[in-house]
Amino acid sequence: MIEGKNITKRFGERTVLENVSVRFDKGKTNLIIGQSGMGKTVLLKCLVGLFDFEEGEVRYDDRLFSSMSFNEKKSIRREIGMLFQGGALFDSMTAEQNVMFPLTMFTSQSPEEKRDRANFCLSRVNLENANSLFPSELSGGMKKRVAIARAIALNPKYLFCDEPNSGLDPQTANLIDALIKEITLEYNMTTVVVTHDMNSVLEIGERIYFIYKGKLWWEGNRDNILQTVNPELKAFVFNSELTRRLKPV
Amino acid sequence: MKILYHFGRYLNLLLKVFKQPEKRAVYRRQFMVELDNLGLASAGIVAIISVFMGAVLTIQMAFNIDSPLVPLYTIGFATRQSIVLEFAPTIISLILCGKVGSRIASEIGTMRVTEQIDALEVMGINSASYLILPKIMAAMFIFPFLIMMSMVLGVAGGWFAGTTTGLISSYGYVYGIQSFFHMYDIWYALTKTVVFAFIITSVSAYHGYYTKGGALEVGNASTSGVVYSSIAIIFANLILTQLLLA
Repeated sequence: MIEGKNITKRFGERTVLENVSVRFDKGKTNLIIGQSGMGKTVLLKCLVGLFDFEEGEVRYDDRLFSSMSFNEKKSIRREIGMLFQGGALFDSMTAEQNVMFPLTMFTSQSPEEKRDRANFCLSRVNLENANSLFPSELSGGMKKRVAIARAIALNPKYLFCDEPNSGLDPQTANLIDALIKEITLEYNMTTVVVTHDMNSVLEIGERIYFIYKGKLWWEGNRDNILQTVNPELKAFVFNSELTRRLKPV
Repeated sequence: MKILYHFGRYLNLLLKVFKQPEKRAVYRRQFMVELDNLGLASAGIVAIISVFMGAVLTIQMAFNIDSPLVPLYTIGFATRQSIVLEFAPTIISLILCGKVGSRIASEIGTMRVTEQIDALEVMGINSASYLILPKIMAAMFIFPFLIMMSMVLGVAGGWFAGTTTGLISSYGYVYGIQSFFHMYDIWYALTKTVVFAFIITSVSAYHGYYTKGGALEVGNASTSGVVYSSIAIIFANLILTQLLLA
C-alpha cells in the first residue's frame, strides 16, 4: 500500500499540488487522472521521490519514504518499477540489455541467469524477437513493452506508469492497459497509473483520483465515474463523442 | 550571483559524482567504454592537427629567425618547446573540449530530457556517479597519452616540413629538439592535461546533467558546456603555468 498525505508542491511561487492525499491499495490498478498541466505527473514524481515537496509525507507499507536519505531510500526504490511516458530506455543498450540492467546493478546473478530472466520478462510482455534491437529500432508500443519488462525485472512490489499509452494507437493502448492489469494481479503489486485516456479509465480504473488545478477533486472507481455530478470531472469525462454516448440520461 | 549559484551546484554535483560507486564491476566496464568513446575516437583528429601544426610552427620559426647569429638548430628547439609547453597540452585540450565536451553535454542532456536519468534515480542508482565518474576517470587517464602522441607527431611534422622545404637539415632539426631538454617540461604539460581533462568532462557533464526542456535546450547545454570548459581551461592554464613554472 502506498499513501501520500497532504502533499503540497511548489515550483517557485507557483503551487502545483495543494494538500493532496491519496492511498493506493495492493493488488489494484490505481489511476490518477486529470487534464494536462493539472499536476498528475508531479504527484507521481513526488510519490517516487524524483521531486521533493514542501509539505506532506509519502509512506510505502508504513515506511516513511519521504523523510529518508538517498541511501535509505535505495531499499524501497529497488521494490519500485516505473514506466515513463517515453519509455526512458537507455539508448546505448539493446532491449535485452535494458531489461538486464537492473539485474546487473542489484543482483549477483550470472550472465546466463540474467539473460534468462530478461527473456522471461520480454516474453511476458509478448516481445520475443526484439532482444537485439536498440530503442531507436523499436516502435512506440514495443518501447513501452520493453520498459514494462525492465520495470518488472526485479519483481517489484510497486509499479508506477506515467501515461503508458500516450502516443499509441487505440489497439496497442488497449494491449498495454491489459498488460498492466494482468501484471498487477499476477505479482500482486500496488500499481499507480497516470493517464488522461478515458478508455484506460474505464478498462483498468479500480481506484481513481481526479486531480484538478493541483487539488484532489474527486475519488472513486470506474463504475461510479460515469454517474458523477462533479462539473469539472463531467467536463473531463464526457469531452469526446464516444464518452458522451456513455453518458447516463 | 548567478556564477556563485552555478559554482555551488557544480560542487554539489561533484560530491554526488565521487560518492561510493554502486557496483565497481559496472563502473570498470563503463570506464573501458569511455576510454574508447572519449580517447581513442579522438586520436585521429589529434594526430592530423598535431602534424600540420608542427609543420606550420617549423616554417614560421624558420622565417622569423633571419639573424645569422642565431643557429639554425634553434628552429627545432623552439618548435619542440612550443609544442611541449603550450600547443600539445593547451591547444589540443581546447580542441578536445569541442569534440569531447559537446559529446558529453549532449549525451547526458538527452538522457535528462528523455527521462533516462530519472529512470536511473527511480531504480536507486546514483545517476551522477554512474554517468559522469567513468567519463572523468577515462579522460584523465587517456588524455595524457593523446597529448604525448600529439607532442611526438607535432615534432615529427615539423621535421618533415623543415627538411622537405630545405629550411633546415635533418641533423640540425634533430640536434635542436634534443637541446636543453628538461624532463620537467613534459611533467608540466601532462599535469596541465590531467587538470584540463577533469575540467572538460566535469563542466560539460554539469551542463548536460541540469538540462531542462527539449532538443533546443540540449543544443544550448552542449554549446554552454564547450564555452565554459574552454574559459575554465584558459584560466587554469594561467594559474598552473604560474604555479609550476614561475
